[in-house]
Amino acid sequence: MAATGVVLVVFLVFHLAGNLLVYQGAGALNAYSALLRREPLLLWLARAVLLFAVCVHIAAAARLGWRDFQARPVRYRQLVPQSATLASRTMRWSGLGIATFVVFHLLHLTTGTIRPAPFEEVDVYRNVVGGFRVGWVAIVYLVAMVLIGMHVWHGAWASLRSLGVSRPSLHPKRRPVAWVLALLLWAGFTSIPIAVLLGVVR
Amino acid sequence: MNLVLHIWRQKAPQTEGGFTRYEVRGITSEMSFLEMLDVLNERLTSEGNSPIAFESDCREGICGTCGFMIDGIAHGPVAGTAVCQLHMRHFTDGMELTLEPWRARAFPVLKDLVVDRSALDRIIAAGGFVTAPTGAATEANVTRVPKQSIEAAMDAAACIGCGACVAACPNASAALFTGAKISHLGLLPQGQPERERRAIGMVKQMDAESFGNCSWHGECQDACPKRISIDVIARMNRDSLRAAIARPSDGGDGSS
Repeated sequence: MAATGVVLVVFLVFHLAGNLLVYQGAGALNAYSALLRREPLLLWLARAVLLFAVCVHIAAAARLGWRDFQARPVRYRQLVPQSATLASRTMRWSGLGIATFVVFHLLHLTTGTIRPAPFEEVDVYRNVVGGFRVGWVAIVYLVAMVLIGMHVWHGAWASLRSLGVSRPSLHPKRRPVAWVLALLLWAGFTSIPIAVLLGVVR
Repeated sequence: MNLVLHIWRQKAPQTEGGFTRYEVRGITSEMSFLEMLDVLNERLTSEGNSPIAFESDCREGICGTCGFMIDGIAHGPVAGTAVCQLHMRHFTDGMELTLEPWRARAFPVLKDLVVDRSALDRIIAAGGFVTAPTGAATEANVTRVPKQSIEAAMDAAACIGCGACVAACPNASAALFTGAKISHLGLLPQGQPERERRAIGMVKQMDAESFGNCSWHGECQDACPKRISIDVIARMNRDSLRAAIARPSDGGDGSS
């Protein structure tokens, strides 16, 4: 669970770095996408690692979730959370939301199966800008980025503890690394549809 | 002070339980929560009804025998306090309170508010000890231990095994308890020879007792009457992962 989560967060950071090339214009982004496609072996190796990580992540979540569900057969009439965060209590739901979004995202910008706007495989820049100009598409992406931000905010903090690599702290619930990662990923990804909607990226 | 209590009544482990409403009168603010229940039980007994079963022993917050949920919070609304040290001055006249036993598959209800916590004993039996012949106490400075380790070990050793961490955890996980015991011994030189075997054995037993898993809600830390930090869980994970890599033949499982 934790180890695959770390893999996926590392991927997200690289994914964001690639995406931010959109601010350098169509040339930069399309050149980057062409670079990825020039080495199909590497591309598919990366995809295989990611797919494996996603599958293990989901399978582990399902297994742990089932065990947790079984661990309390008689529910409390009342259980008042003292400090569990919204993010920690909704990890399973945000995870489901993100999984659904990833499928949509792949069908939209990788395969071009869902075409809210004209799709041209080699012109990633046009596909992105055209897609985000469609209101409902932009909303789907914006909502998904909130889910990813929350998921990473809890997951990045929790996974390092599950792996036992966090150092003891007088304030064990402070999470500077998770804050930076979650805000960076959320703000970075969110800025792109916003920029398209505002006409900064056209 | 008069109160209305909704208390879980259950005759025996296999029987169906349910909430019963009780009115308690003449409570003073100096009473502890358990003394308030004593008052109720005296009345129930004199009326010929069966008293409410709850566990207690030292009533000074150091034995870990007492504990139940008050309005959805383990050991009640005051942090860092076992229910025996919770006094009625924290409540106001006319309040309605719900009292429930710890709820977990690993903690079957025996009667009313009493649960069977022997699962925790079995986790201890799976490695929470040091098998060194100790003899008489040696001079204290023979074995030098860094101050930080002493303090961290002492903080973990404060665990009284009450089970509030399991009760408060949304997953009913015993990670704080097990982590505290593993950290307590793992931080001291006396605990080193068996450190790996201990981590693997205790974590394995914890999983076998059908507790849930730690997903870092952090509720246990707030429920703990000794305020043991969730850092002990990270230490447990580190020790058990390291042991699983070093001694895979012992069947270490680092999946949680």
